[in-house]
Amino acid sequence: MSIPTASSNASLRAFLHGLPGVDRVGADARAAGLGTRSIKTTAKRQAIDLAISMVDLTTLEGADTRGKVRAMCAKAVHPDPTDPTVPKVAAVCVYPDLVAEARDVVGSSGVKVASVATAFPSGRSSLEVKVADTAMAVAAGADEIDMVIDRGAFLSGDYVKVFEEIQAIKAACGEAHLKVILETGELATYDNVRRASWLAMLAGGDFIKTSTGKVQPAATLPVTLVMLEAVRDFRDREGRMVGVKPAGGIRTTKDAIKMLVLVNETAGPDWLDPDWFRLGASSVLNDLLMQRQKLTTGRYAGPDYFTLD
Amino acid sequence: MSERLSVRKTYKLYIGGAFPRSESGRSYVVTGAKGEFLANASKASRKDVRDAVSAARKAFPGWSSATAYNRGQILYRIAEMLEGRRAQFVSEVAEADGVSGKKAGELVDAAVDRLVWYAGWSDKISSLRGSANPVAGPYFNLSTPEPTGVVGIVAPPMGPLFGLVSVIAPVIVTGNTCVVIASERAPLPSITLAEVLATSDLPGGVVNILTGSSAEMAPWLAGHMDVNGLDLTGADAELAQKCEELAAENLKRVLRPNGKTDWAADPGTGRMTAFLETKTVWHPIGI
Repeated sequence: MSIPTASSNASLRAFLHGLPGVDRVGADARAAGLGTRSIKTTAKRQAIDLAISMVDLTTLEGADTRGKVRAMCAKAVHPDPTDPTVPKVAAVCVYPDLVAEARDVVGSSGVKVASVATAFPSGRSSLEVKVADTAMAVAAGADEIDMVIDRGAFLSGDYVKVFEEIQAIKAACGEAHLKVILETGELATYDNVRRASWLAMLAGGDFIKTSTGKVQPAATLPVTLVMLEAVRDFRDREGRMVGVKPAGGIRTTKDAIKMLVLVNETAGPDWLDPDWFRLGASSVLNDLLMQRQKLTTGRYAGPDYFTLD
Repeated sequence: MSERLSVRKTYKLYIGGAFPRSESGRSYVVTGAKGEFLANASKASRKDVRDAVSAARKAFPGWSSATAYNRGQILYRIAEMLEGRRAQFVSEVAEADGVSGKKAGELVDAAVDRLVWYAGWSDKISSLRGSANPVAGPYFNLSTPEPTGVVGIVAPPMGPLFGLVSVIAPVIVTGNTCVVIASERAPLPSITLAEVLATSDLPGGVVNILTGSSAEMAPWLAGHMDVNGLDLTGADAELAQKCEELAAENLKRVLRPNGKTDWAADPGTGRMTAFLETKTVWHPIGI
């Protein structure tokens, strides 16, 4: 089957519906099986540091203030101020109007600034507004844009609309990386997750991201597995590497390490890098730091000794 | 017709209102006073300690903000439920301590009375420990006692029920939550007590009971940074010293009684006040 170049609904439909179906039971079992791997001592230490360096520290609340964003950005650069050996996180993720604030704090530390855009989280607006939203975030200094796809169009089979929207946003991004949020919790089936992943990659997304974090279920292991298979297969066919970002519902170190195992076993070790795999989360960082401290000091850590966020 | 087989009880842990087996899958043989086999009990590991502390921490906001009246009522309810299972406790205490049925009955009754006694303190302790302080300025200055937080308890090895109740009740009546390491030698009444607690309107996680080696578990509890208080009543001198050193890291409140505790004596308020903090509020007069 050929990869569609000229985008017409018929050719996209033919391609996406020609993708092999996902065995739901098999995917669930595979993800659950990989989730039982026991990662201990030095391997755990490495996994924790890798996971910290992959975190997209996120705050996406209506109640976000400039002060909260500044505090979070400071934490992104120095996750544990008492221990300089803790790596910095990959990026901070905020709403577009707070990008400048975040940019100001992270400066040249190497922490990227990501911004959600395109009428996040519902994606219900006109293309003009979405493009303007994106342009505003990029102008304010965002390195990465997290866009949401139009799930309504996707579910009703209007693949061209989704495809062209991603292309338009990609163009508006310029130098900035584009992460495409599929909102898998609303896509109903794993087959749809696979189709949406391919659609986003074909349209030029640099990353595919599971969820906005506003819909449950969010980043489950099987959904991430399906997406990792998609990026692996996409690289085999197209030669271009696309990153994956599970977001939402990753709360514990165990969740994060399960994700890393899944990456290694599905897409391969090439993806075990903050450039190609991210964890969209906020609360998981404190748990990672607590586990890290447990490994360092030999005593269980308490949340009283880490920042509230 | 064949003789009926007795149903042997499976003793498990009590964490967060549920009865899980030890994460480690271990168990150990519990024997009676004369060395006869009584049952297998779960042998909890450090990870069970960790889970129990998480459960206790999760239960703390709800339990500490419940009204004193409500906490008292729940303690009365525990006493009622304990009374209702008197026969079972009498036989378990008799087997564990090797005492006569009459003596065991007295010990169970004493445990019920002790619960009722502490239940009465729930709405009185703040009068005892709180105060309106005279200050040189136009302020109302009020001090009130507040619970310390999560308290780790090494339960006394002797007095598997009476001693256990006497260390748990004073900690929870003021709004603390606790993780209890039950008597290693005689853990069975503690799990039966957990069954009482689980059916007494006591929110899950307020009391968590672990059975197994106290020498193995207590240091993890003492070193845990999310534990705020430590009651070393059941620890021997060597273990108590080790735990006290570990507890110093985050300045836990440590209760380490001198010598042997006479449980039958009037307990006084010391065990309650050991795990209280004082909050003082300054409020301007005339505003």
